[in-house]
Amino acid sequence: MAIEGADIVKAAAFLGAGLSMGLGAIGPGVGEGMVAAKACEAIGKNPREAGLLTRTMLVGQAVSESTGIYSLVIALLLLFVV
Amino acid sequence: MDIDTQILVKSAAFVGAGLAMGLGAVGAAIGEGYTAAEANGAVSRNPELSGDIFKNMLVGQAVAESASIFALVVAILMLFLGVPLNNLLNGAALLGAGLCMGFGAVGSGIGSGFPGGQACVGIARQPAVTPRLTTNMLIGSAVCQTPAIFSMVVALMLIFMGFDKAPLGPTWAALVGAGFSTGLAAIGSGYGGGLAAGASCEGISRQPESVGNVTTVMLVGQAVAQTPSIFGLLVSFILLFKRFPESYELQSAMALLGAGLCMGFGGIGPGVGNGMAAEGAVKWVARNVKRSGELMRIMLVGQAVSQSTAIYAMVVALVLIFVV
Repeated sequence: MAIEGADIVKAAAFLGAGLSMGLGAIGPGVGEGMVAAKACEAIGKNPREAGLLTRTMLVGQAVSESTGIYSLVIALLLLFVV
Repeated sequence: MDIDTQILVKSAAFVGAGLAMGLGAVGAAIGEGYTAAEANGAVSRNPELSGDIFKNMLVGQAVAESASIFALVVAILMLFLGVPLNNLLNGAALLGAGLCMGFGAVGSGIGSGFPGGQACVGIARQPAVTPRLTTNMLIGSAVCQTPAIFSMVVALMLIFMGFDKAPLGPTWAALVGAGFSTGLAAIGSGYGGGLAAGASCEGISRQPESVGNVTTVMLVGQAVAQTPSIFGLLVSFILLFKRFPESYELQSAMALLGAGLCMGFGGIGPGVGNGMAAEGAVKWVARNVKRSGELMRIMLVGQAVSQSTAIYAMVVALVLIFVV
């Protein structure tokens, strides 16, 4: 049951990976949902521009997604690299 | 050692019961407060309908209350059920059950309040559609309760499954992680489902003839908003049923606890976001019913993107469980 330094470091990396991806997923999820809600509103008001609005929505969501991808990268680094 | 184990398991049951009921009371109270606030606004707008509005408010609040009643039942079970005190794993399971039920009731409680409140406003605006509004409110808020029901299922499994043969390390972390996974992920799905249900009650009262399309889009949107809590349930089941080889290293325990936290927190945002997308779609289907096909399509595309971070969280959780 002796806990060694290397074990504590590895344990912290695993817990950190979980927290990184878990907490990091909250923001993009909410933000992308807001984008989609506004896109629905815009298409409801002006259906002829549906194509343009869909493109704008997807590009905006892709930018919002970036922080989620940063979290994923850090989580994978914590799991497999450091 | 024997006395110590008994004291620890007993303490875990008490702390777990406190967490279950304490956290579990938060959501329902907020949701019911929202319903009552909107009902007051509706009565002041149209006082001669106060009877109908009052009745609808009470029905809506009763549904929102159910999330905290689940928490009450779980808390009472934990206090008075004679769980064997001779195994520390039972203590971890009870703590996990309390966290799961407590967090799990938050989102469903708040979310169920939205359709209740909007149905009250709708009755004041359009008294002729009162029965449809009440029906739609009940369907919408019942779907909002499913994440709380998932949490109750996991909490009851944690309380009643025996863990006699499993090794203490790292199973204790798997049990606490299982509680976090379903409990936290349920927050987003419950809240998000409520946003869609509230918008549908509002929409029906504005455009009563759109009721069929509005209810359909609401149910599709809510179903997608439920998926993060289903991911949470899946990770919980893996953590509950997989046999982990005995290991008293800290890292094997933290990998499992981290997996539960990852999926739990990771489910919150996509659940809320999917609900927001569904809210926007439902609102505009009611106002522009001819475009409901296009709106449903754009809602699903937006939700799919919003869902992606929940999928990342599930992937990281599965890597933590199966790979490292």
